[in-house]
Amino acid sequence: MARKSPEVNAGSMADIAFLLLIFFLVTTTIETDSGINRKLPPMEELIDPPIIKERNIFTVVVNKNNDILVEEKPMQLRDVRQAAVDFLDNGGGIGEEACDYCKGSKDPSSSDNPDKAIISLKNDRETDYKVYISVQNELVAAYNQLRDREFLELYPQQRMSYVEADKMYSDPRTSIKVKASLKPKLDVLKKMYPQKLSEAEPSKTNN
Amino acid sequence: MSKFKKKKDGGLPAISTASLPDIVFMLLFFFMVATVMRDNTLMVTNTLPAADQIKKLDKKDRVIYVYAGKPSARYADKYGDQPRIQLNDKFAVVGDVGAYILSERASKREELQNVLTTALKVDGETNMGLISDIKQELRKVNALKINYTTRIGDYTQNN
Repeated sequence: MARKSPEVNAGSMADIAFLLLIFFLVTTTIETDSGINRKLPPMEELIDPPIIKERNIFTVVVNKNNDILVEEKPMQLRDVRQAAVDFLDNGGGIGEEACDYCKGSKDPSSSDNPDKAIISLKNDRETDYKVYISVQNELVAAYNQLRDREFLELYPQQRMSYVEADKMYSDPRTSIKVKASLKPKLDVLKKMYPQKLSEAEPSKTNN
Repeated sequence: MSKFKKKKDGGLPAISTASLPDIVFMLLFFFMVATVMRDNTLMVTNTLPAADQIKKLDKKDRVIYVYAGKPSARYADKYGDQPRIQLNDKFAVVGDVGAYILSERASKREELQNVLTTALKVDGETNMGLISDIKQELRKVNALKINYTTRIGDYTQNN
């Protein structure tokens, strides 16, 4: 039989553990980042840019004093979302370009259908970043509002909105089976209201 | 008189602290698992603008960070108060962004090199001119997926 060894004193274990705990408490950052995803246009210029009708472009300009001009008229930030929704959902096209799911006013001087409608966001070099982000946020909100509406109409059995479904789809914890069933539905909505948001290069201050 | 005399025996026994290490270890393991090391120290002020139409940016190994903003107070006398770009732990000029993106991209695993996102962590007070310059640089090196990192909140908080 082996000799009985003396017991190790474990009294200082708590101190050591506390030391480690405090170290990890200080270095930890739990939150994940989030933000607005955008895709930049590729560098090479198109040889012959497609001709886009004036009525299909919704111009939003943020000038150097952080004023917002929508279709050349000044507008408050809180009204931008509704204006963008009205433009995208107008559905003024006839014949092949008609939009059967749009609920807008079918104004012939506004966009033909959501697929043709382009939002062009311009800014000045002296625009504040936070104002620019606010406008971006409102424009994305307009798309999301329309997608939510149609998603609820097409897939009421899902019991969630487009945004929630999209969040669920991009969540890594969602099972592959659920993802596979969500993907075609999300794609339908993305095709109905494609996010055509162009960020033009900024104008110089002196014009 | 002896009615109020304190009892000498049978007082409260001391609370056993034998399980304290267990509790602390439990907390320790939680923080060890949940921790993400802060990989670069901020040298610019970084009050992100608020937005609510946002998407999460998980999988940190697929993200390249670009910071911009006014140099923070301890660097202000050396670098001035004009907004600047910070890459890793250094101040940089616009021309450095392309090379930085390319070197970061080369350091990632090959299967991730096509799915990288560039997160722009820019202070709300910055002028758009600087951001446009960064965007032009990103286009030059074909890093087209970007994310304007924001905090969660209503646009009314941006004033």
